[in-house]
Amino acid sequence: MDSEANSTRRPAFQPPDFPVLRRQLERCTARDVERALGRGTCSQDDLIALLSPAADPFLTRMAARSRELTRVRFGRITQLYAPLYLSNYCINRCQYCGFSADNRIPRRALSLEEAESEAEILRQRGFQHILLVSGEAPGRLGVDYLEQVARRLRDKFASLSIEVQPLGTGDYSRLFRSGITGVAIYQETYDRQLYSRVHLAGPKCDFDHRLRTPARAAAAGMREIGIGALLGLADWRCEGIALGMHLAWLRKHFWQTGFTVSFPRLRPAAGEFAPLQEVSEKNLSQLIFALRIFDPDVGLILSTREEQRYRDGMLGLGPTRYSAGSCTAPGGYASGDHDGEQFSIGDRRSVEEVCAAIRDRGFDPVSKDWDREFQRI
Amino acid sequence: MRQMNILCNGRQQELSDNTSLLDLLRELRLPPDTVVAEVNRRIIEPDQYGELQLQDGDRVELIRFVGGG
Amino acid sequence: MLKIADTSFSSRLFVGTGKFASAGLMKQAIEASGTRMVTVALRRVDLDNPEDDIMVHLDRETIHFLPNTSGARNAAEAIRLAHLARAASNTSWLKLEVTPDPRTLLPDPVDTLKATEELVREGFIVLPYINADPILALRLQDAGAAAVMPLGAPIGTNQGIQTAMQIRIIIDQARVPVVVDAGIGAPSHAAQAMEMGADAVLVNTAIAVAEDPVRMARAFRQAVEAGRSAFEAGLGPVATDASASSPTQGLIDEDLDFLK
Repeated sequence: MDSEANSTRRPAFQPPDFPVLRRQLERCTARDVERALGRGTCSQDDLIALLSPAADPFLTRMAARSRELTRVRFGRITQLYAPLYLSNYCINRCQYCGFSADNRIPRRALSLEEAESEAEILRQRGFQHILLVSGEAPGRLGVDYLEQVARRLRDKFASLSIEVQPLGTGDYSRLFRSGITGVAIYQETYDRQLYSRVHLAGPKCDFDHRLRTPARAAAAGMREIGIGALLGLADWRCEGIALGMHLAWLRKHFWQTGFTVSFPRLRPAAGEFAPLQEVSEKNLSQLIFALRIFDPDVGLILSTREEQRYRDGMLGLGPTRYSAGSCTAPGGYASGDHDGEQFSIGDRRSVEEVCAAIRDRGFDPVSKDWDREFQRI
Repeated sequence: MRQMNILCNGRQQELSDNTSLLDLLRELRLPPDTVVAEVNRRIIEPDQYGELQLQDGDRVELIRFVGGG
Repeated sequence: MLKIADTSFSSRLFVGTGKFASAGLMKQAIEASGTRMVTVALRRVDLDNPEDDIMVHLDRETIHFLPNTSGARNAAEAIRLAHLARAASNTSWLKLEVTPDPRTLLPDPVDTLKATEELVREGFIVLPYINADPILALRLQDAGAAAVMPLGAPIGTNQGIQTAMQIRIIIDQARVPVVVDAGIGAPSHAAQAMEMGADAVLVNTAIAVAEDPVRMARAFRQAVEAGRSAFEAGLGPVATDASASSPTQGLIDEDLDFLK
């Protein structure tokens, strides 16, 4: 049940026009970047400057500012979470994803017991924040199932988030009452034209429906919403601006909600989709620093898609949340099997190794940052 | 003519029976369109000023705008 | 152009009508200020001086009226005054003031929110006067306030923008216009508020008690225009802690060597 009608007071977020953004990016000069770095606040124009080619030579300074802001706001803490893949069935055909309906991979959906076993493994590894992930196949995995998973797991973890198909406000309310407190939903690309090119079939083809999902989840009372874009599709600079704009809009309309941004960078996957754009680590870093400067309070997530060397290097410079020891295949924690994974992992270290690396750098790996006791329905 | 007592802006006021609110305003030399009138905590519509007969013991508040920040 | 509810204002300076030495001076000062909205209060008619009526000195054709509920000590009193104000002014505009402490005249957050919720339900266009509390400002906006009016400093103190940091947060988060009210003692304070991004300011005491209120009103007009122009022109960087991130003091290029 989609309560869009209930939100008639609120206008929908308007994504920016990518060709317009590209022109704005090209017009930025070193002076604009200096301005953006020199001020105490960062406007949308400043964000554009920081993402522009003119800012490329300023990477070190951006890193320094990003580090400063991250330290003041988050301290020397890195929060850990683990993804738990519940199912890789999917009715969408997305060119870039290993779970695409036309990819021949072993498909599996976990039973409630299997989900609990996987979760138990993660709990014993010390994780307190779990992200429940699935492909989009409502017939195989719907709100009822998620509700039951949540009820089984809520007492074992400090927080449960989901990254599944877009749901309605009513569904999100139901899930919130069952113990889910966060929703991750990535637009993949904010470029409408490109979006329709890479999403070939299935409900995910509806760009606007997906775009309005974070607002529906926030309206349902979810404590934390994660947005993101897949780097390697459209121009990463434009995606960065769009992410910033989306974040600012969400903050304005849902001031009681916390937000995170994620930057999954396309990696090899079944189906052999080659990224349409090359996004280097330097580019990714510039995006992270720019977003940190634009919004000092937003959580920034760096998943195991990235390599160990990069993740360690970025500690303290902007990202605040890391996954560790991840497996993106359903049931993979128990079986150790990676068949049927969504993407191949860049950082294959165990959680102990990641924690050690974090500590080595003078940071504190935190597995618990929220207590379910505080969630009063 | 019998007299009655009302409280007007916290002050005792003796009026003859059969006094309407409009009569009171005239007696006080207050143009009716420059005040808001409350009788026993009820705001009275200006077109009712002539109709409203005051009763003994009524509490009348006559309010108008003054300078303020 | 400033817009509050459905009304546009060509001036971002609002003026209070209290504390003037004479009605004549008040009228001239209002004219000199260029304001398009003045506040007025409600009081019992002075039965000993029935001809004393501020309204003869104010032109409702050109100036928008904003009745306030000054004197209200709680939500119930404010609501009662609101009804009287609506009857007296024939508009639903209201500056909501709930001030239980007669010494400081600081606004009560709880009853202000309560009264706002009720008055919005009754169709009033509510502009609540509040301490510069960002969460309260958000709650009032959620409740339907047409603007928020955070104080710079307590009424009449002329202390300027003591609450700058909180006002910045309010402005940053606001979905409705922000009118800085109270405490503005000098044109420079008004300019400061406008430079910060305030949509308008309300000034009373500083103009009314000046040696030359008419001249002071003109000065405030200029200050508000200057401050707003500066804001729209985009103020340049200020040397803040950001200087710590210059290359000599923060990271050095080698620190990003891990990047491929």
